[in-house]
Amino acid sequence: MVKGSRGGRAPQELWLGLVILGMVVVLTALRPNFLGVQNILEMMNATAFNGILVSGLLVVLIAGGIDISFAAVASVAQYAALTVANATGAGWGEIVAIAGGIGLGLGLVNGVLVSTLGIASIIVTIATQSVIYGILLTVTRGQDIFTLPAWFGDPVDLFVTSDAKGNVYAVSLQIWALVLAFLAAWFLLNRTRFGRQVFALGGNPEAARRVGFGTARLNLLVYGYMGLVAGLASLVQAQYTQSVSPTALVGRELEVVAAAVLGGASLEGGHGSVLGAILGLALVVIMKNGLALLGVSSYWSDFFTGLVIVAAVAGMAARARRRWHDSPGLA
Amino acid sequence: MPAFLLRHVGRTNLRLLALLALLCLAAAPLIGDRLFAPAGLRSMAYQLPELGLLSLAMMVALLSGGLDLSIIATANLAALAAAAVLKSAPAGADGLVLLAVEAGALLAGLATAALVGLLNGTLIGYLRVSPILATLGTMTLVKGLAIGLTHGSVISEFPPAILFLGSGAVLGVPMPLLLLGLVATALGVLLTRTPFGVVLTLMGSNQQAVRFSGIDTRAALLRVYVLASLVAATAGFVMMARFNSANAAYGESYLLVTILACVLGGISPSGGFGRVGGLVLALVVLQLISTACVLLDFSQFLTLAVWGGILLSVGMIAAVRDQLRPLLAGLRAPVLRPAPPRA
Repeated sequence: MVKGSRGGRAPQELWLGLVILGMVVVLTALRPNFLGVQNILEMMNATAFNGILVSGLLVVLIAGGIDISFAAVASVAQYAALTVANATGAGWGEIVAIAGGIGLGLGLVNGVLVSTLGIASIIVTIATQSVIYGILLTVTRGQDIFTLPAWFGDPVDLFVTSDAKGNVYAVSLQIWALVLAFLAAWFLLNRTRFGRQVFALGGNPEAARRVGFGTARLNLLVYGYMGLVAGLASLVQAQYTQSVSPTALVGRELEVVAAAVLGGASLEGGHGSVLGAILGLALVVIMKNGLALLGVSSYWSDFFTGLVIVAAVAGMAARARRRWHDSPGLA
Repeated sequence: MPAFLLRHVGRTNLRLLALLALLCLAAAPLIGDRLFAPAGLRSMAYQLPELGLLSLAMMVALLSGGLDLSIIATANLAALAAAAVLKSAPAGADGLVLLAVEAGALLAGLATAALVGLLNGTLIGYLRVSPILATLGTMTLVKGLAIGLTHGSVISEFPPAILFLGSGAVLGVPMPLLLLGLVATALGVLLTRTPFGVVLTLMGSNQQAVRFSGIDTRAALLRVYVLASLVAATAGFVMMARFNSANAAYGESYLLVTILACVLGGISPSGGFGRVGGLVLALVVLQLISTACVLLDFSQFLTLAVWGGILLSVGMIAAVRDQLRPLLAGLRAPVLRPAPPRA
């Protein structure tokens, strides 16, 4: 099947960029502090967890799959890592290894199941999400970890500076982890053989198989990477909120999926870019932040997010809609 | 397996029946009579319909080759619309006036749900947005609307006739179960005995072929999503009546479970295949596990893990069988000789 040929039309990234630019201009005109360093850093801090997950999910989407279980994986990873830290006095190195290891392991399980069961990846990962989350809640009885190690509360900042008024600006763990995550995704997708194979797998799995790619191995790597990213993101989130609750993360999966697809990643696989994913994420974050700055009640935040998603997907589809009339074969 | 059974009950349903029998056998020595004591059955009969009606709504979308992630948001918005109408009744209204308000409330709920369905159907049918994306957006939009309008609060205290939908019984049959039965039967008839039902299922197999047969698949998809929303609204009414309150966020954890129930019930996740009967059996299996977990004093959360585990096991058994099939076929080969030509 021919994928959305956009001959002559602007790519998703340009279109999204223009919308974001428009929002930024309007918001800056209404609230000059919108473009302040403090506000921008705060937006990045707040979106770091979702953003890091988007960078992982992008790889899965391009490979033609989807993962719903990452929030459950992240919950297990952070709970286990900080429980161990509390019990043994382990430090950063150990908890990163534990959370990353658990994430990688559970991701590999997803990869094995997706490539062997012959069931759609959305169904497989809904099932693994249920199993992982169910077991986590049973073991923990749904209880939060109330005290975290003291060192975990210390900031992990780079480039700490302060201005004349004494306001401190710092690139926090959340922000450099977010930047690192997108750099890693960009490098993997655009500069490695693995990345080219991921695009090929998502574009046409049968062709990829016949060319001789180990598709099962590729799936393992893709879902393993997603799991690893989810495990590491869980620590970034725990450090930001300074709390670990087994129920706090699950239920946010679809927000992450929405941000990734707003950026133009196709659910059919084979399409997507890191720039698009960043812009999709930025669109949602800027809108939420803007509404808050404008004094709109936070009760309406979901409504406007939904409005943006519906408008964006309708807009994307409208640009591709001529297919219905031009080429009936692509119903 | 006898061809008669295969034809009339279906392979998936036979497997589900076997799974059900197995569960009952396994549960009997562990739990004893309590599982099937009147109290146990009654509690099951009141719990099953919420997930059941929501799963039926999901099934409609899945069969057509799509997915509807907005069903629970729609159910809650419909319940809130109905609740708002009920609350607007003049104080001390009774008799015909109250009846009119109650009927109006349910109609308002259904109309609200139909509007969401129209939006979904327009996005998916006419604008060709992928169903996951479209309903992901409307889910957030509809839930956001409900939260915005109610500020996340609960509307409660409804008249007895509405509460009857959630806790009443007719001839000993709990009202929610009766509603589930009615909706399931109606959907079963609609899907198998009407032109629309056939078109809906065929679209799940091959939308292009349906379109090339001269059927307006855009209009058909519009109706599919309106139907899914209307079924979701009935689930909203049952939840509202059972809790004696309506809220923007009831039953959210059911969303992914409805997909799980459908797939376990033999509804193909890519559309086109599946029967209402299979889904109902799957729901009974899930409810039985849930009740057994409660009676055995297991964590309620373990139920979720067991549900996911069952789906994965069913998938694994199928995968292993597919691997073994050539081997088994080799063993059977001598028996399957072609019949001698007739004279």
